[in-house]
Order: sequence, then structure tokens, then C-alpha cells
Amino acid sequence: MGLETLFGNSIVTTKIDSVLNWARKNSIMPMPFGTACCAIEFMGLVSSQYDVSRFGAEIVRFSPRQSDLLMVMGTISYKQAPILRRIYDQMPEPKWVLSMGVCACSGGFYDNYCTVQGIDDIIPVDVYVAGCPPRPEGLIEAILKLQGERIGKETVLGRPEPVVSLPVASRDREGGAQETVRH
Amino acid sequence: MNETLQQIKGRFQEAVAVEPGLDGDVVVLADPRSSRGALLEVIGALRDQGFAVLTDLVGVDYLQYPVRQPQRFAVVYILSDLKRRQRVRLKAYVGAQDPVLPSVTHIWKAASWLERECWDQFGIRFEGHPNLKRLLNHHEFVGHPLRKDYPIRSRQPLSENDSLVDELVLRLRQKGLVLPAIEAPLVSPGARVSDHGEEAAPGSPSFGARGGAASAAVIERISALPGVLAEPEFYRDLHTELMFLNIGPSHPATHGTLRALVALDGETIVAAVGEIGYLHRGFEKSTELQTYNGVIPYTDRLNYVSAMMNNFAYCKTIEKMLGIETTERTKAIRVVIAELSRIIDHLVCIGANLVDLGALTNYWYLFNVREKAYDIFDRLTGARLTNSYGRVGGVARDFYPGCGDDILRVLKEAEKAIADVEQLISHNRILLDRLTGISTVHAEEALSRGWTGPLLRASGVEYDVRKAFPYDGYEQYDFEIPTGTVGDTYDRFFIRFYEMAQSARIIRQALAKMPAGPIFLDIKTAALPPKDDTYNNIEGLMNHFKLIFEGVKVPAGELYDSYEAANGELGFFVVADGSGKPYRNRCRPPSLLAYAAFPEIIEGHMLADAIATLGGLNIIAGELDR
Repeated sequence: MGLETLFGNSIVTTKIDSVLNWARKNSIMPMPFGTACCAIEFMGLVSSQYDVSRFGAEIVRFSPRQSDLLMVMGTISYKQAPILRRIYDQMPEPKWVLSMGVCACSGGFYDNYCTVQGIDDIIPVDVYVAGCPPRPEGLIEAILKLQGERIGKETVLGRPEPVVSLPVASRDREGGAQETVRH
Repeated sequence: MNETLQQIKGRFQEAVAVEPGLDGDVVVLADPRSSRGALLEVIGALRDQGFAVLTDLVGVDYLQYPVRQPQRFAVVYILSDLKRRQRVRLKAYVGAQDPVLPSVTHIWKAASWLERECWDQFGIRFEGHPNLKRLLNHHEFVGHPLRKDYPIRSRQPLSENDSLVDELVLRLRQKGLVLPAIEAPLVSPGARVSDHGEEAAPGSPSFGARGGAASAAVIERISALPGVLAEPEFYRDLHTELMFLNIGPSHPATHGTLRALVALDGETIVAAVGEIGYLHRGFEKSTELQTYNGVIPYTDRLNYVSAMMNNFAYCKTIEKMLGIETTERTKAIRVVIAELSRIIDHLVCIGANLVDLGALTNYWYLFNVREKAYDIFDRLTGARLTNSYGRVGGVARDFYPGCGDDILRVLKEAEKAIADVEQLISHNRILLDRLTGISTVHAEEALSRGWTGPLLRASGVEYDVRKAFPYDGYEQYDFEIPTGTVGDTYDRFFIRFYEMAQSARIIRQALAKMPAGPIFLDIKTAALPPKDDTYNNIEGLMNHFKLIFEGVKVPAGELYDSYEAANGELGFFVVADGSGKPYRNRCRPPSLLAYAAFPEIIEGHMLADAIATLGGLNIIAGELDR
């Protein structure tokens, strides 16, 4: 049988993935990329009533180099897009991205000349949170989902190659070609 | 036509026309180019008559306007006389071919960014502007989005952000701090600045001649700056270098959307420039496609910390255009909710500012109260943050039973939390040292910068829209306008405590004599019918249907109206063409003019204190960039 029978209760055997993922998912270090209204709900999430430390994600790092979860909270304009991309590139692997609110997910009702129609045009996204803005409970659900379905299923062998250069694309909602008018 | 405008008319004869507008007279210059300089002369004359404050500068494109106008574009200058409590609008038409007007930046500091925005959005040039760059759109943008012939979905991605180095060099040169020897490496394309955090930019200029010791002239100038060690000898042997440091937009203290590039001498900021537009999301263009009531959700997201105040400000403007006044009950409800919003807005400002300064405890205390207020909003409006509670001619729904008691209970808890925080900080030596005497803005300068609200009052000017241009029955409440004495960061920060106390006073008075009655007016062409009618009889249903689908038909005309929002005078300038949608919907954001001043007022102070200054200005990006 297993090694447990040999050593008694003094040793627990497990898989290295389980240990790593257990540590990773209970010590998420979010980088809050808050640009708009959603960031105020993030403030609610980290304050006493919702207390995100219960889920091990309260050590907020404003340096991308020290964080593993990029929380994009708010509308991303074309002016902001290169910065978001750069922040993402600066984060070390393994890293995950949470897209909070309808603006980050799809542009929302800002279907206009300056707004990126969903951040997945710029960076890969792991979990989307609906709402305008989502309630803090929505963010908690997303963190739980991320812990269970993403971080919990990481493996040291199978981590996909990091995506290095997704272009900053312009997506038309009707699926048509990029429309750029020059005056 | 009042006396003032008669004098103007008498002096300029046919060069100007005075037309009656919805909100008083409008001075019109049909062709400012035919009599070059007439614009500046008229502005000068109006200024002499007491209209000394530039409240807003708005561009309008009349390309698709149903009534033919003398020229395609117009720039509207909204001037205020704070003493006599009057406003006048000056409208200068500009032709489509080479649209250009003389700049008024030498008269008002506020004009600088307002003219930049107008250039950016409409392509109207301002002759004599020191730095006419784009403001909201990025530097690779082509075209001018608020022109009527710019398609709203014509998107233009950006490949690389502006380094801002050219602007900073311009600023250094204005201050006489750049030597010709160092300019060459600065303009090279390699001078890139990091977007994130506080990293030094490569290509930081050396102060002296390429790494040599600082020249006597430069040393003298640095020593003369406030906050700089005033001993020229100290610098003599020092290898003095200016370092360019980029702050933001992704920086904990700039809240994701503000950016400044500063030139540092040690830790002292010698020169600074700011950049905004990172949260520009096309409010003004998007709302041109919405019905008047459909604009309300967009207004929520201007100052999203106190969303309902924006709703009310916008509804008030439209109601004024329609020539209607809401019911007494709606007025009282709006006052109560607006003042509660003001309190929770100030709570976020104080809490976040203290976090930036390292005093985290206060944030927990204050944000807990905010959560309690959210519970009321949840029940009243169905949303925590973006409530969309206002409606043209009323509010979305009446108070639920016991709402007043809930508000009073939250008020009590808020007062407790505020008192706790005050005890924690008001005698804290570290905090006081970091706030007192920093970034002082005197009354005259604050007026020139177009500051309003708590910022202007901190500089000692007793101007509050609630008193100057009363609305919603504010004249019947007993409250005071707190003012500061110095106009430094301390005043701008602590004045909010006094304002919250006054807001609580107003809420208690309003709740004590809350009038009964309907919340919507019985005007079928403007206000929504009661829900009972909508669901239970065909006339009500049709009425609702018409107002929602076609929109409230606002008669053609133009109007500027203001509201005392948490951050200052929130104004809307609306051009109506008689249809159910606004032809032009301009928001006058108090934060824009506050942040326009930020780079200049931090010069001469320590970098760390600039963070406190920024917190005291309480810039809300949604409103700043729209």
C-alpha cells in the first residue's frame, strides 16, 4: 500500500501539484487594476463587511511583479489598453486574470470610439464577473471559481506557454472588419 | 436685457447681438473673425462688468441642427458673477473652414484644459494657447469625435502612450530651468517613460552641461524655489541632476487613471505635467444617441461615488428646459438623498486619502458606514453604487416605509465614525505636518482656475450653488457654508468634515418636514405616469410607452444649469433640437478643473506631499474624463 502504512501519522503523501495549488489558491496576491466604478466595489470587497481575507486574497500588491491575479475593474479605453497589456506582461507566471464588470468584459453600453470592447482583445481572461458594477459577493464568487476551476487545476507540467504578444485589436460588435476612419 | 448687456450692446453695436435664452440673455458673436479681436474685447468688457469667472467653455457642432445657424461651429463661454449671482453665456460662431478663435488662457487658467478639450473633440483651434495638445483622446487619434460627421463606432487603437517628455521640457523652459545643452537628448525618440509606478525614465536630463556641476544660474533658480534648501553653496560641488519620474496611471494613489510626469530635484518636484483621458469613455457622444431619460444611467457613472447627485443634476437641467418644477415631495427626497450621497462621497475621499498617507484604520471605520448607506440604497433603488434613481420630473420610486428612520440611524452611525476618525487624526502630528502649508491656492487663483465646491471654499470663497442659485427648496433649510482660511491641503481635507455636519443638518430638517403627495408631476408630456396607471390602464401604458420610446420632447433651445455636487459645481449644458434626444449634452465636471491645477500646485513641494494633495482634490476619474 502507500507509504503512510510505513511511516504512520508522521508523513502525508500527496502530489506536488496539489501542494503548490493549495498554497497558490489560498494566498492570491491581487494586482487591482481599477479604473472606474468597479474599483469602488473592490474597496467594499476589501473592507470589513465582505473581508476578502477570508479567501486568502487580501494582500493587495500594486506592483505587477509581486502579484499573480490581475483584477481588471472598470472601463478600458484605447488610451489605457497599452498600459494594461504592459502590466500583464510584467506579471510573473503563473498568473490569472479576472475581468470585473460589463465594461471590462464587453465594453458595456460604452459602444463608442474610445472604449475597448472587452479586455480579452488585449489579454487572456480566466474569469468574468457580470454586473455594473458587480456586487462584492460577485467578486467573492469569482475568486472561489478561480480557486476551484483555474488555480486548483494547474499542473507544473502542463502550464501552457505564456501568450506574449496578443495585438491590441479593434473588435467590431457586429463582427465586421475593423473600421477606422481617417479625416 | 439687463443694464450690463445693454452697455455691451451699446459699445459693440452690430458686432454682437443679445438674444433671449432659456436661462437669461445670451451674447452672440455671429462672426468673430470679421472683427478680429472682438471676442477678447467682449470678454474683457463682460469681465469688467463682474462676470469674472469662466465656468465652462463648450464647443457645439451645428452640422445636423434643424435650424440653420450662421456658422457650423460655436464655442460657448459660460461666465459667472459670483457676487451678484448671475451668469451670462457668450456664444462665438466659428466657420467650418479653418475654425480658429483667440485663446483666453491669459485671462483664466481654467481655459487651458477647457480649450485643449475643445480642440481635441471639435478641432477648433485656439490661437495663442501655449500647448494646444489633445486632452481626452490619445495622441495617435485622428479626427475629432464630437463632430457630428464622426461615426461613433469609429475606433482607433493606440500603439504606444505619449511620453509627455516634450510637455515637461516645455514646462521646465517656462520656468527657466532648462539649459540648451540638455535639450538635444530629450527630444530623441528613445526617451521613453515607464507607464507603471515610480520608475526613473531613461534619458533623465542632467542639470548641468552633460553631467558637469550645476551652473550658477541654475543653482540660483533652484534655491529660489519654495521648499528647496536655500543654500547655493550646498549645490556647488554636488553633481545635481534632475530626474524625470512618471507617476501613474496605474499607481495606487492615482486610482488607475491619472498620470503625472514630474521633474525631481532630490525629492522636491521642480516641474510637473499631467495627463488625463485614461477613462475617457465618450459620455457626451454616447448620450447624443439616448433619449433624455436614457441618459440617466450614463450620468450615474460620472461621479460614481455619489451617483444619484449626478442623476438629480441632469434631471434638474432637463426640467428647467421643459419649464417645469418637480413636486414638493420629490424635491425633499432629492435633498435627503443628495446630502446623504455627499456624506458618503466625502467619506470615500477622506478614507482613501488617509490610506494613501498610511492611516489604514480610518478607512475601515468610514467604509463601514458607507456599507450601511448602501443597504438603504439597495432597498430604495435596487443598486448599491450606480442607482439611476432620478427621472425627468420625479424620482424612480417613493421612499419605502421606514426609509427616513433608516437614514437617521445611518446618520447617527456616520457621526460616530466621523468623530472617531477625527479623534484619531486631528491631532496627529505626522498628518498635520504633511497637510499644513502644502500646495496653497489663494482665493483669486482658485477662481481663475475655475475651482468650485469644497476646493474653492477651502480657499476662502463662500460660493455654493445651493445658496447662490437655490434649487430643490434649499432656501428653506438652515445651513451654513464652511470656508477655509488658507487654501492648503489641510483646508481642502478638513473642510469636508464640516460639510458633512452641515449635510446631516439638512437631512434632519428635510426628513422632519417631509411633505406628502405624489412624486411625479401630472404632466403627461414630461413626467412618467404612476406605476399603477402604467400597469392598469391603457392611457397610462401608452403614455409610458411614448415617453420611454420617443423620449421626452424637449423644446429646441440651449441651457446651462448647475448643481452643487460633492466635488463642486456639476453643470450640464444641453442643446435641444425639439426631438426626444439631446443634440448636444455637455457635462461640466468639477474634477477636470481641479486636476488641471494639480501639476502646477505641487511644484516646489515634496513628492510624498503631492500624493496628499491629490487625495485632497478628490478627483473622480469617471467625471474627470467622462
